[in-house]
Amino acid sequence: MSLPLAITAPLSFVPIIAIESVVQRVFTRVIETHPGLFDRLADHANKRYAFLPSDLPIGFLVEPAVPRISVHRKERAPASDACMEGELVLLLALLEGRVDGDAVFFSRDLTVSGDMEAMLALRNALDDCEIDLPRDLARMSGPFAPLVRRATEEIRERALGRVVKEEAPQWN
Amino acid sequence: MELICPAGTPAAFREAVDAGADVVYCGFRDETNARNFPGLNFSREELRTAIAYAKQRKVMTFVAINTFMRAGQETLWHQAVDDAVALGADAVILADFGLMAYTVERHPQQRLHVSVQASASNADAVRFLVEAFAAKRVVLPRTLTIADIARLAKQIDCEIEVFAFGGLCVMAEGRCSLSSYATGKSPNMNGVCSPASHVRYRQDGRELVSELGDYTINRFPAGEAAGYPTLCKGRFDIADERGYAFEDPVSLDVMDHIDALRSAGVSALKIEGRQRGKAYVAEVVSVMRRALTAGAAERPALVSRLKALSEGQKTTTGAYEKRWR
Repeated sequence: MSLPLAITAPLSFVPIIAIESVVQRVFTRVIETHPGLFDRLADHANKRYAFLPSDLPIGFLVEPAVPRISVHRKERAPASDACMEGELVLLLALLEGRVDGDAVFFSRDLTVSGDMEAMLALRNALDDCEIDLPRDLARMSGPFAPLVRRATEEIRERALGRVVKEEAPQWN
Repeated sequence: MELICPAGTPAAFREAVDAGADVVYCGFRDETNARNFPGLNFSREELRTAIAYAKQRKVMTFVAINTFMRAGQETLWHQAVDDAVALGADAVILADFGLMAYTVERHPQQRLHVSVQASASNADAVRFLVEAFAAKRVVLPRTLTIADIARLAKQIDCEIEVFAFGGLCVMAEGRCSLSSYATGKSPNMNGVCSPASHVRYRQDGRELVSELGDYTINRFPAGEAAGYPTLCKGRFDIADERGYAFEDPVSLDVMDHIDALRSAGVSALKIEGRQRGKAYVAEVVSVMRRALTAGAAERPALVSRLKALSEGQKTTTGAYEKRWR
């Protein structure tokens, strides 16, 4: 599901430093909540991982060893060791382990390039961490936590096309 | 029939248990198992926790130690068996006869299963493994028809486990040297088929090109479903034709034949995919669990949901109903 233009277009004009500030806060929260997130990377923690949402004009560079995430305009994206491209919703679903990386690669919804050993290690590390962005974002939201959690869960369900039905597989 | 489910990480292990597995199989984070991929598999402590989680829910854990020992480095494999036994594995899945001998000598009470990697596909081979190493179960190579399995079951004195869903190997399990030829690393000795360190993907115009070492494995036009970068699933130019020389990039699915497999004497159905994510594990295990209890008429609709998770987004019954030429 591509993000609507009303969301993506303004990102071309918002200062990168403002986007990065928000993204870095979320990244820091996720790292704090999942301190073992990068343990499975071993030496691959020193690599640089690029995530390029195909429906956004910006990309993200993750450096686990620092740990740091930076935001870049796509035309000025820095060099990386491994790169993953797909729609933002798909990349977030992979971050949470809600879709199978191999399956979305088979369907050509996901493109990977560069150091496959590093990318595979990161995929497996993320898959084991049980990241839950609505829960993690809610913890950053003080008194608005329940509201933020409900809203983000609703967005996630709609975005993934996974509104829970009786027939759908149950997530644990 | 038991449902034997894969787990490459503790999270996937819990998904498998909660989704209805009778057994979860997994391996240590080293060369002792045939899914030795970066970031995958279990430390000793993770396995201890996973086994406890499974036991509380009356689910068994099998530990795959199914690569072949290297001369001079046997300790790695011996230690893996010792640790799996000490941690409470319900069975160890082995391929190497030397390791089977070690296991039966040091841990005579430990239940021993013969891995698919041992390639035991006839009555003589299975009988030998039962007599020599007290093997209780054999995982059959994906080379036999259902009729072959039924004939074999009558001639052997051990349980039979077969693959029912997931990745499909070229028909030389435990003997395949294609990956070794291209990369110097093998699934049989190092636990890696098409090691990620040798895999590259690149876009060439609108085509996705997959490469393994110095070999181009495939070129997928825009819109065509992709497959794994393994030589056995490669598309090659042969004489005047371009095509899949060994096998197509498809996954195994024999859920339409559950009743026939049960009648043939199969004790357990195995899902391939320790290298897959927990989303795959949760979905495949829950669907298969329901398919096992559903009537034959309901199964096709249930199992059709799994096609999207399959390599090449296509499935096959493979050798199980192959009409050999």
